[in-house]
Amino acid sequence: MAENEKKHDPEKEKRKIQAVSRMKEIMTDYYIEAKGAREKGRKVAWITSGGPVEPLIAMDVIPVYPENHGAMIGASKMGAQLCEQAEEMGYSRDLCSYARADIGDAVAKTGPIGGLPEPDMLVCCNNICGTVLKWYETAARFFNVPLFILDTPFIHREFTDSARKYVLAQIYEYISFLETHCGRKMDYERMEEVGRLSVEATQLWQSVLDTCAHKPAPMTAFDAFFHLALIVTLRGTQVTVDYYRQLLDELNDRIDRGIAMVPNEKYRLLWDNLPVWYRTRWLSDKFAGHDAALVADTYTSAWSGMLPEMNGQSFLEAMSETYTKVYINISIDRMFDIVAGMIQKYDVDGMVMHSNRSCKPYSLGQYDLRQMIMDRLGVPTLIIEADMVDERNFSESQIDTRIDAFMETLKS
Amino acid sequence: MITAGIDIGSITAKAALIEDNRLLGTRLQFTGYNAQKAGKSVLEELIAQSGVQREQIALVVSTGYGRNSVDFADKAITEITCHGAGAHFIDPETRFVIDVGGQDSKVIKIDAAGKVLDFAMNDKCAAGTGRFLEVMARAMEADLDDFGEISARADNPASISSICTVFAESEVISLISKGETRENMIAGIHESVASRISAMARRVGVTDPVMMTGGVARNPGVVRALEKKLGVEIRVSAHAQLNGAIGAALLAARMQQAV
Ligand code: SF4
Repeated sequence: MAENEKKHDPEKEKRKIQAVSRMKEIMTDYYIEAKGAREKGRKVAWITSGGPVEPLIAMDVIPVYPENHGAMIGASKMGAQLCEQAEEMGYSRDLCSYARADIGDAVAKTGPIGGLPEPDMLVCCNNICGTVLKWYETAARFFNVPLFILDTPFIHREFTDSARKYVLAQIYEYISFLETHCGRKMDYERMEEVGRLSVEATQLWQSVLDTCAHKPAPMTAFDAFFHLALIVTLRGTQVTVDYYRQLLDELNDRIDRGIAMVPNEKYRLLWDNLPVWYRTRWLSDKFAGHDAALVADTYTSAWSGMLPEMNGQSFLEAMSETYTKVYINISIDRMFDIVAGMIQKYDVDGMVMHSNRSCKPYSLGQYDLRQMIMDRLGVPTLIIEADMVDERNFSESQIDTRIDAFMETLKS
Repeated sequence: MITAGIDIGSITAKAALIEDNRLLGTRLQFTGYNAQKAGKSVLEELIAQSGVQREQIALVVSTGYGRNSVDFADKAITEITCHGAGAHFIDPETRFVIDVGGQDSKVIKIDAAGKVLDFAMNDKCAAGTGRFLEVMARAMEADLDDFGEISARADNPASISSICTVFAESEVISLISKGETRENMIAGIHESVASRISAMARRVGVTDPVMMTGGVARNPGVVRALEKKLGVEIRVSAHAQLNGAIGAALLAARMQQAV
């Protein structure tokens, strides 16, 4: 019968990554702490996923990520419902579904954690997109709290000296913004310590992802999507460093013992764009059914790509470049270089691009990038159309056929 | 050795029998609401009409959107791979297939052996599919089968700018009230379908010679409009709607030989 039927797999339990439970504990503690911040007299800041979180940690402000929350909403399959809530309020269906789901939930508070803890301030960095600017402006009005905007120029070719100065000047403004709203001075020694932990965690995250260069891969991108949460939300803390060390040890141990995430790994694929949060299980089974492992992705590696080049600078100085050079704030030519590097490093047979209706800056240019990858590297590339959170934009039978057809061409 | 291919499309179910690289027979019927039943009956009818015995069929491959519901098939293969194989069988020179069916359209680039090199599909939206033409025919109270012939007489094809079927339908209705000729409107509709498909074809990169398959290939108006848009001559398959089923039967034969 159909080759893509789910295989009965009693071995699945054995292949589970043990660190998962520790990760869930950390994230639960984190959200409990954030929700109880008011009573404890601590401040909460909402921050964009690519925003510089380290100064917040150094100032003892709890960072909260609406985008991480959006992912949680997606994974809980509550996306369509909360997006509709925002649409009823008048927001366009073309707006990013993280924004819609969060806006819907800020009002309805019917999401997986009953609404995010309310912010005392907002920090928005436009290195990821322009959507966040308007989204955070709305939030600033809704919650009536101060908003700091960090403007990072788009990198077409090089990161220029004027760009460096421009961003650095804003980083110091950012610090004074925090000092004003926390009523306290920045402790620069503590700031550097947080920076050191952030760099360490980022290096560890890169090492975690690098374990997938091994054949067979001890985990897949679907696991990386899950383990990513800490490097996004809590980089700059000891708990994150400890966690990734634990995870790395476990993955290395899996390599030693020959435990693969996809039992008969034959095809190694590279994923592009955000996950389809409400369908990670289905997609993971789908690819595994073809003996294909997603061994790397451009999304989770975006955070390890944020590793600063210190060159004797202080962490704050290095931040200017680090936060400007993130994956979706660069030209297609630079993106191609990164993708080509990954294809080589992870020895990839094909690429799967998620054309994400929500995330325009990530999806724009995918067709050109695909052409470059196919023409220059000869790597077959598939585009599937979906949305990371809004499941109304997902058609199972269509994606099923595309993946089957793509795998048939890879196999033939 | 005899093998069978079954292609369950959204509107029609097709079956083909291949014996020693020769087409033994084909059959086409409506799918109806039950894809599984349609698969079974189209094969049974074909067997009866060709005078072969069920036991003589060594292997069955299913394809099309309903490929996984044909539970007696030995293997399900996507329509992309099957169309590549089918087009190569019908005309080995083919390097590019444009298939426009009832609910979807696809373009497939193949090599000299019929192997798929790249493909693109449109199945999210009715624009650029047979469904679009059906809706327009209804709006114009015309018979779809006459579309090709009527559009040949157009002197100045109307421009239908909306991509969306719903908007295009209201555009057509307003053209009717403005007194635009049927010839020009139908030619405009064909151009609209053709521009949607040619955009998809260019994304993959057209390689000559091009074969067109699927139910819409039977409409010479669309074929002409596409030829103009792409600047290539299009060969319409003699088995336009059966290409997928034929390809499936061929792939079944290949699998059987491999064992
Ligand atoms: S548009 Fe993209 S980068 Fe911006 S918030 Fe949405 S998902 Fe994130």
